[in-house]
Amino acid sequence: MSGIPHDKYEPKSPFAKWLHVRLPIVSLAYDTLMIPTPKNLNWWWIWGIVLAFALVLQIITGIILAMHYTPQVDLAFASVEHIMRNVNGGWALRYTHMNGASLFFMAVYIHIFRGLYYGSYKAPREITWIIGMLIYLAMMATGFLGYVLPWGQMSFWGATVITGLFGAIPFVGEAIQTWLLGGPAVDNATLNRFFSLHYLLPFVIVGLVAVHMWAFHTTGNNNPTGVEVRRTSKADVEKDTLPFWPYFVIKDLFALVVVLAIFVVVIWTMPNYFGHPDNYNVANPLVTPAHIVPEWYYLPFYAILRAFTAEVPIVQFTNWITGGIVDAKFFGVIAMFGSIFVMALVPWLDTSRTRSGTYRPMFKWFFWFLVIDFMVLMWAGAQPAEPPYSTISLIGATYWFAYFLVILPVLGLVEKSKTPPATIEEDFDAHYPSTPAE
Amino acid sequence: MFKKIILSALLAVGLVGGAYAAAGKQHIEDFDFSFEGPFGTFDQFQLQRGLQVYTEVCSACHGLELVAFRNLGDEGGPTLEGDQVKAYAALYDVYDAELDEDRAAKPADMFPGSGFDGAPDLSLMAKARAGFHGPWGLGINQIVKGMGGPEYIASLLDGYTGEEKEEAGTTFYGNSAFPGGWIAMAPPLEDDLVEYQDGSESDLRNMAQDVSAFLMWTAEPKMMARKETGFLVFVFLVFLASLLYLTNKRLWAPHKHKD
Repeated sequence: MSGIPHDKYEPKSPFAKWLHVRLPIVSLAYDTLMIPTPKNLNWWWIWGIVLAFALVLQIITGIILAMHYTPQVDLAFASVEHIMRNVNGGWALRYTHMNGASLFFMAVYIHIFRGLYYGSYKAPREITWIIGMLIYLAMMATGFLGYVLPWGQMSFWGATVITGLFGAIPFVGEAIQTWLLGGPAVDNATLNRFFSLHYLLPFVIVGLVAVHMWAFHTTGNNNPTGVEVRRTSKADVEKDTLPFWPYFVIKDLFALVVVLAIFVVVIWTMPNYFGHPDNYNVANPLVTPAHIVPEWYYLPFYAILRAFTAEVPIVQFTNWITGGIVDAKFFGVIAMFGSIFVMALVPWLDTSRTRSGTYRPMFKWFFWFLVIDFMVLMWAGAQPAEPPYSTISLIGATYWFAYFLVILPVLGLVEKSKTPPATIEEDFDAHYPSTPAE
Repeated sequence: MFKKIILSALLAVGLVGGAYAAAGKQHIEDFDFSFEGPFGTFDQFQLQRGLQVYTEVCSACHGLELVAFRNLGDEGGPTLEGDQVKAYAALYDVYDAELDEDRAAKPADMFPGSGFDGAPDLSLMAKARAGFHGPWGLGINQIVKGMGGPEYIASLLDGYTGEEKEEAGTTFYGNSAFPGGWIAMAPPLEDDLVEYQDGSESDLRNMAQDVSAFLMWTAEPKMMARKETGFLVFVFLVFLASLLYLTNKRLWAPHKHKD
């Protein structure tokens, strides 16, 4: 499937030959599993397998939870407690599913930042990147829908805030909001449809993941040097790569088990740490919580959403120039989705001819600053929406947009990169010098 | 604009620390509970004492509608004997829809809900409140000390200042643990209010801790199962990781030092 020369599957037994002519599924599995993989991949490349595992884990625990959950406003909260108390192993399923979401997002953020650092988004991997961004959006939607289901205070009020954002769209906003909610406010219709969509979207993610893998199997994996695998001959390929099975399957499994050990420690010792205690209070439309906050993985975008208030100059300018159509609320919504959109555009915004950040000395500083910025925004998103946190969020949001829209385009033109090694083989040998002959 | 930014940055450090203090100096004591930590266990007898406090004091207003009487006999909790559970349940009356009248409760029934509108149900109270925060919004205290739900409850019960005030026709009582410093619930406990069946000291602090431990159990009856199972799964994964580490090492060895 990929353009990298490698040994093809040869059906041996009569049955294998019969099947291969009718449905070359074994050949597909063989090509997928045995793909020549750059031998110099480091530990930042293990998060793909963690993500695949987390997706399967969420689907399995989710399907079993769905057998015991009731999506009705008067019964939902109690049904979750029924799972925690009465269903055999229900507490384990629930805690695994809710912390599994945190695992999923932690892995995806590391995976994305890996891509940003090593230039995995650059040609010819733009489509892999775009599909990845779509997977990320689908994950965010799935997580949001899922959090509403327990029908706690944060479930209800988080749903109210986020669906309220659709009301910010000029002219059609309120109609869209009512259509989404199934009524004038978050209520039973909303809960029911959120359950349906929460069950659906993970399978959309599965489909996107399949296409994501098809894309990076076609181009071949990136690697820490950003230097492509030599495709001149099979012999050259074998100098730069090793087959995915067994070398990277075992390496990835080792890393996965280490990550799972940490995951289990969370469930074992602090299963509610990543949650919000207020969600153990049943939803009450008449009592607004003191602080409405989403789950940690949405916090940076929540900070960006709330940063653009009516006092901010660019908001005032936009409001004036659009004749009042784009107000502060809508601006915040645009900024929030825009922050992901600019990240999706990075293959075309980064002008550097050097792929990997390893050989880009100036880029490294800006990149790590972006990582810190992301964490500061995450912290700010949990604080009250008032000074000084609002100012910090604004600065953080500004840097985020500046990184993609200004810094990356300019850096590619002015930066003097170091020279990457000529081949992957050279890089690998430099890491593992051969011991002198005995 | 720059000055504002620098000022804000400086304020941030000061204000965040201050923000929590400003709320009437909310004081949550880090009580030591037997169930804290990865290997913590519920003290069966503490839970029974807590049950007694709940029954004799709190149940007047507060419900436990997510807890069934039969849970009192489940392992990992107060673990009452079968006939004790039946006798305890019979102390309560529940409405039976089929008979369309009240009858004595059976183990299969749930505890009644709160009898008084202003009194929240206590089943999940220990998980619905966090006693520890920060520092500075970083969430480190909760990793080190735990979420602090039962500590919050115990601190609240022990935190009455003795002051009273009246506002809009309601009497509020000063409390150092309740956010805002004034709570509408009158101090429910006083020394020796309950005479413990096992003869333990029933001063206010002990009763506060005992009922808080009991409420931690009502909030999470499966905690013991979680801690036992979690540890075993962790040990298994460490073992599996070691095997995979060695396998990986052996697999890669010829490639790492041959070329």
